Amino acid sequence: MSATAVITATGPAAWPVPLSQSRTVAKLHSVTKRYGQTTALDNFSLELRAGEVVALLGPNGAGKTTAVRLLLGLISPDSGSVRVLGRDPRDADARTRIGAMLQVSRVPEMLRVREHIDLFRSYYPNPLPLAEVIRIAKLESFADQMFGKLSGGQKQRALFGLAVCGNPDLVFLDEPTVGMDIESRRALWDEIRALSAAGKTVLLTTHYLEEADMLANRIVVINKGKLLCEGTSAEIKQRVSGRRIRCITQLDPEFIATLPTVVDVQQDREAVVILAERPEQVVRQLLLRDETLHGLEVAAAALEDAFLALTNDSASAQA
Amino acid sequence: MATNAIAVSGPRSLNFGYYAQIFRKETKYEFVKMLRTKTFSLSVLGFPVMFYLLFGTSNRHNMFARYLMPSYSCMGVVSACLFGIGMGIALERAQGWLELKQASPMPRFAYLAAKTISCAAFALVIVAALLTLGITLGGVTITAGEALKLAGVVLAGSLPFTAMGLLIALLVPASAGPGVINLIYLPMSFASGFWMPVEYLPHWLRVITPALPTYHLAQLALHIFGYSQAGSMLTHWEALAGFTLLMSGAAWMIFTRSEARA
Repeated sequence: MSATAVITATGPAAWPVPLSQSRTVAKLHSVTKRYGQTTALDNFSLELRAGEVVALLGPNGAGKTTAVRLLLGLISPDSGSVRVLGRDPRDADARTRIGAMLQVSRVPEMLRVREHIDLFRSYYPNPLPLAEVIRIAKLESFADQMFGKLSGGQKQRALFGLAVCGNPDLVFLDEPTVGMDIESRRALWDEIRALSAAGKTVLLTTHYLEEADMLANRIVVINKGKLLCEGTSAEIKQRVSGRRIRCITQLDPEFIATLPTVVDVQQDREAVVILAERPEQVVRQLLLRDETLHGLEVAAAALEDAFLALTNDSASAQA
Repeated sequence: MATNAIAVSGPRSLNFGYYAQIFRKETKYEFVKMLRTKTFSLSVLGFPVMFYLLFGTSNRHNMFARYLMPSYSCMGVVSACLFGIGMGIALERAQGWLELKQASPMPRFAYLAAKTISCAAFALVIVAALLTLGITLGGVTITAGEALKLAGVVLAGSLPFTAMGLLIALLVPASAGPGVINLIYLPMSFASGFWMPVEYLPHWLRVITPALPTYHLAQLALHIFGYSQAGSMLTHWEALAGFTLLMSGAAWMIFTRSEARA
């Protein structure tokens, strides 16, 4: 086996090698990045393989944008290494195959959407046709408007257009649907799925769990610069496979947390919300100990709960 | 090895045509953007024109109608570069736009060159406007040679003040930009003979004047029309060249240091 592998790797027959699904296109390896006193990323590793959509999920300040900026070569790590498409991300050649959508507070307002895209297309050796970009990002209705006149959602779509206009192999989308209404958010999801279908590798950051759930082959949960867990959305939900119990009770939340299989207890106005692996056992105990208990609901844990439980775990582990 | 080679190969056509295209579009859109940004284009174009209408045409029977053409041209190029580059880059940096451009394969040189050329083009429009006003309303006669030489000096003058604008963009936060630039540019204009010959300035100011880059630019422009002070023009060229090196060197140092820290 190893002998044949050597032959195919070195012989002329191995050229060109087809893109395999497992090929790593971008990699953060044990990266630490500090800004003054705060550690934005702490010994964080991430690998993107060809053709997959990865969601980097975490609350604000978790280090998602720092990870993207490292992969784009905009900043360099204090320790660890960054490789993109087999090279340093600062390399101009690598950049011609990368598209990026960053959080931009304002764009130069006095250029039309069409003009901005025409300009960005010129940066890439093999860009998509202008009409194609307008169609993909759904810019038809405002392509001739000045950037300064766009609504928040339109601006995001235009920025998406800039990210894909160079026909890149690797696309970074930092909070792509921020400021979008439900309808345009869904429309952008379709476009991200289309990118994936076309074989592009996509890394998106989001704090919308639904978004990660809908789009990603793999979700990487991050908080306070540390990796919490990664896997498919089903795998992450399994991490907290239990149910959520909501009720109004006089029992002390600290006591409830000690009940068997309870993962998390949160106060929600007058009620408590309990996440538990085996809700039956917990409910039995609750009813036994508090006759005034009322307003009882038991529901399936959402990805949101899993996420909450995970980020809470890491917070309490640090304390 | 093989996978690495694949990763870097693929369709590549980063030849001269590719760079020429980027350069052309970047410059075109930069100029269009500046033109459409009324706060920039109206003030940068409007002030020299308005000043000339006020002070040039009212002096049509003495030397001032002629003197103010080159001196206001200098004012035009200095303001175009300081506001266009200084404010332009500072704003795009603050808004995160520059970062998006840096993440793209855009060559950095194209970004800077496009801004410099656009500002220089603005300065040339100002020169043309002032010459037209001078000839029509100011009653001034000039030769084609004088007009061309003035355009040349103004173009050369765009380099030192582009470098200064770049340094301002790196040092001054965007919100403070207009104030800081006006604080630098208005006193310098006054003290360098943009508004009246330096001979008319108070003595203490005339001591400082030779230290200002704007003074050397003004002398070069005024020399074409015979209004410069005695002395070799070479000194003024040298002073501007030195100032350009100083400003761009400082800007380069600050930029590389901030990049190393990033």
